[in-house]
Amino acid sequence: MAQETVTFEVRRYRPEREEAPVWERFEVPVREEWMVLDALNHIKDHVDGSLSYRWSCRMGVCGSCGMTVNGEPVLTCATYVASLPRDRPVRVEPLAAFPIVRDLVVDIRDFLVKLKKVKPWLLRKEERSPAEGEYLQTPEELADYKQYSMCINCLLCYAACPIVPLEPDFVGPAAIALAQRYNLDSRDQGQAERMAALSTEHGVWACTFVGDCSVVCPKHVDPAGAIQRYKVSATADWFRSVLMPWRGR
Amino acid sequence: METTFQDVLLIGGGGAGLRAAIAVAEAYPELSIGVVSKVYPMRSHTVSAEGGAAAVIGPGDSLDAHAYDTISGGDWLTDQDAVEAFVREAPEEMVRLEHWGCPWSRTPDGHVAVRPFGGMKLERTWFAADKTGFHMLHSLYQTALKHEALTWYDEWFATRLLVEGGRCQGVVAIELGTGRVHALLARSVVLATGGAGKVFAFTTNANVKTGDGMALAYRAGVPLKDMEFVQYHPTGLPFTGILITEAARSEGGWLLNKDGYRYLQDYDLGTPEPTPVKRSMELGPRDRLSQAFVGEVEKGRTIDSPYGPVVHLDVRHLGEKKIDAKIPFVRELCLKYQRADPVHELIPVRPVVHYMMGGVSTGLDGETALPGLYAAGEVACVSINGANRLGSNSLTELLVFGARAGRAAAEFAKEQPEEPGRDAVAQAVDEERRLGRLLEGDGGGNGAERVAPLREAMQKTMEEGAGIYRDQAGLEHAAGRIAELRERYGRVALDDRSLTFNTELPAYLELGCMLDVAETVIHSGLERRESRGAHQRRDFPERDDERYLAHSLAFRSEGGDAGGGAPRIELQPVTITRWPPGERVYGR
Repeated sequence: MAQETVTFEVRRYRPEREEAPVWERFEVPVREEWMVLDALNHIKDHVDGSLSYRWSCRMGVCGSCGMTVNGEPVLTCATYVASLPRDRPVRVEPLAAFPIVRDLVVDIRDFLVKLKKVKPWLLRKEERSPAEGEYLQTPEELADYKQYSMCINCLLCYAACPIVPLEPDFVGPAAIALAQRYNLDSRDQGQAERMAALSTEHGVWACTFVGDCSVVCPKHVDPAGAIQRYKVSATADWFRSVLMPWRGR
Repeated sequence: METTFQDVLLIGGGGAGLRAAIAVAEAYPELSIGVVSKVYPMRSHTVSAEGGAAAVIGPGDSLDAHAYDTISGGDWLTDQDAVEAFVREAPEEMVRLEHWGCPWSRTPDGHVAVRPFGGMKLERTWFAADKTGFHMLHSLYQTALKHEALTWYDEWFATRLLVEGGRCQGVVAIELGTGRVHALLARSVVLATGGAGKVFAFTTNANVKTGDGMALAYRAGVPLKDMEFVQYHPTGLPFTGILITEAARSEGGWLLNKDGYRYLQDYDLGTPEPTPVKRSMELGPRDRLSQAFVGEVEKGRTIDSPYGPVVHLDVRHLGEKKIDAKIPFVRELCLKYQRADPVHELIPVRPVVHYMMGGVSTGLDGETALPGLYAAGEVACVSINGANRLGSNSLTELLVFGARAGRAAAEFAKEQPEEPGRDAVAQAVDEERRLGRLLEGDGGGNGAERVAPLREAMQKTMEEGAGIYRDQAGLEHAAGRIAELRERYGRVALDDRSLTFNTELPAYLELGCMLDVAETVIHSGLERRESRGAHQRRDFPERDDERYLAHSLAFRSEGGDAGGGAPRIELQPVTITRWPPGERVYGR
């Protein structure tokens, strides 16, 4: 178990103590199989119990531990310390684009409001009772939305998106991808209802298709693709002929 | 003291809590419902479940067959009335989840697909690739969002049950973001806080699995049932403890020792065949597979790793296409966390603490010994899992018993008077003072002790004394160590005295919960002088139905709030309906 000492610079903000965030430096004895989260846990357990951050599953599926490491939004439980440059300290900051609550913890309540706005649940004109059995769905129909159902709500995409800080009302990549997850589900009949939240200047039309959201997504959900696909379908009725060349994408 | 009132309060926002919440909202739209969770609900540990959820669906299968597999898998310590209700309601619950959008894997004609699973005689495990728990949790959460009757107390940590007039009337909870302490009054409360794997050092369980709900109930006088039964899953990655799902074996994976030999054939688990045979070899039950691993260690046939001995899980012969279609998460996890590609390489694995069969003792509707208090999911022990849970029964259990507990709690709530109790508020004020003293550094701690070293010592103690094989001396030693740690716990001082998102305070409170849970595991294990399922005593290697075809009930001893001390253990007969105790036969 090879071990080396790595310098971490961690953004601290304790509102009862500091007016603005400060950097704090920690020397951490890191093993080769450690993730950034393991280093934070070492600091909390053995150096300073007051360091605050969120984490839980440490297997990349609960979505709690997104932070900014060396300027990039990542899941800290899935980022090897060894993968980071050794010529400078590892810098850990809270996820960008959200208000900081304390240290590495950000306020994500706004995301939940937006998520609910797009009605991320199956909408049916008539509900079937369980006694009538399952809705049929072929593997091909499942494949049509499956990718968008993989979102773990880690919000790295909001931190990466250049529009989010400029347009506070922008619904944002994950919420739109999850709306599309239901829109494209063969069992769902709620596309028209979701349009109220999606097809506005705060919905898909705020997106300028930079695509950073898809680059940082740890689950390959491709929110940018979801947004683009929605733009196409939303306008198809009116501008079918204009947009036809894009449809092959 | 800030107080709020809900008709029904759910503690825990994972699978069982959300299913209960939806059940209340659908059946009694006039009731107000609060969901209290120490993490945002979609972070709950249900998210990590991989392999699937069992329910009879296919032709040729039957409810009795599912019941028999579950009962024999649990080494006859299951309550058979609970198992019968479970298998009967399972299919409907699974279809309901399908109607709520769960992306179940499908057959080419569009029906829900099922896969085989360990200890199950037929294919009845519904799956969403190998992220079943993730998809179930998000489907439940997103569906729950549409119910306006729900108030979400996200990142609120419940610290104490409020009991007045002999019934549970709410909880005290810390709002983690602000540090404010609230009295959440309610007419009924459902505990759905999950398991307690973090009591052990090496576990698949998330950081949040600290037995909070078990401890809350225990401290209110409710007994914990069958706590000695701790499930070791046979295939965890050696450093992280990340689970490699049983689905890897149900799709055809092999367990190999250092000689490349399928060693399970030496442990009365059948003969090796090239393709999976149900209830045989790699598809045997988890307790027997984990015990076989220890046998291989003792024979010197395991492989050394920096994190202890391992064996190999081999899925290479399944081929890349099948691996990517059926167990893509296994590949993702191995590549990311083990830096090995299972398409070309062997996966090093070892047994890892995974699940608590025991928990808050409940009846079939989640009711506990305390009126107004209900429990469902891993926090509860309704006794469908007995001495060993079968893989893919727990996700279904969340749904069946989450729904039952929700409905029962709602019915109870409707019959209670509107006025919340005054004593309950007074108790909440007391609790607020206690929490305040901890932050002022005046909780009795003199600064000599810190949270993390005590937690690590507890985890090591449990691993050594209450692991896969146990004996009197080891358990007694562990009991002494835990008592010592409890005493040191009283001297902890916190580094963090702030109110804003203080994460050290909940960590301290969680450790207190885990020490309670650890004590019940050890003392229930001492009392059970037999070997059954996951509880294997070197000094009592046989199952003893004459004395121990019975549940253990651990009651908190009267020692005041600080004391704790060894719990009092009572035995309670198992409910047998149609399946008299028999031999557990696998592979023959």
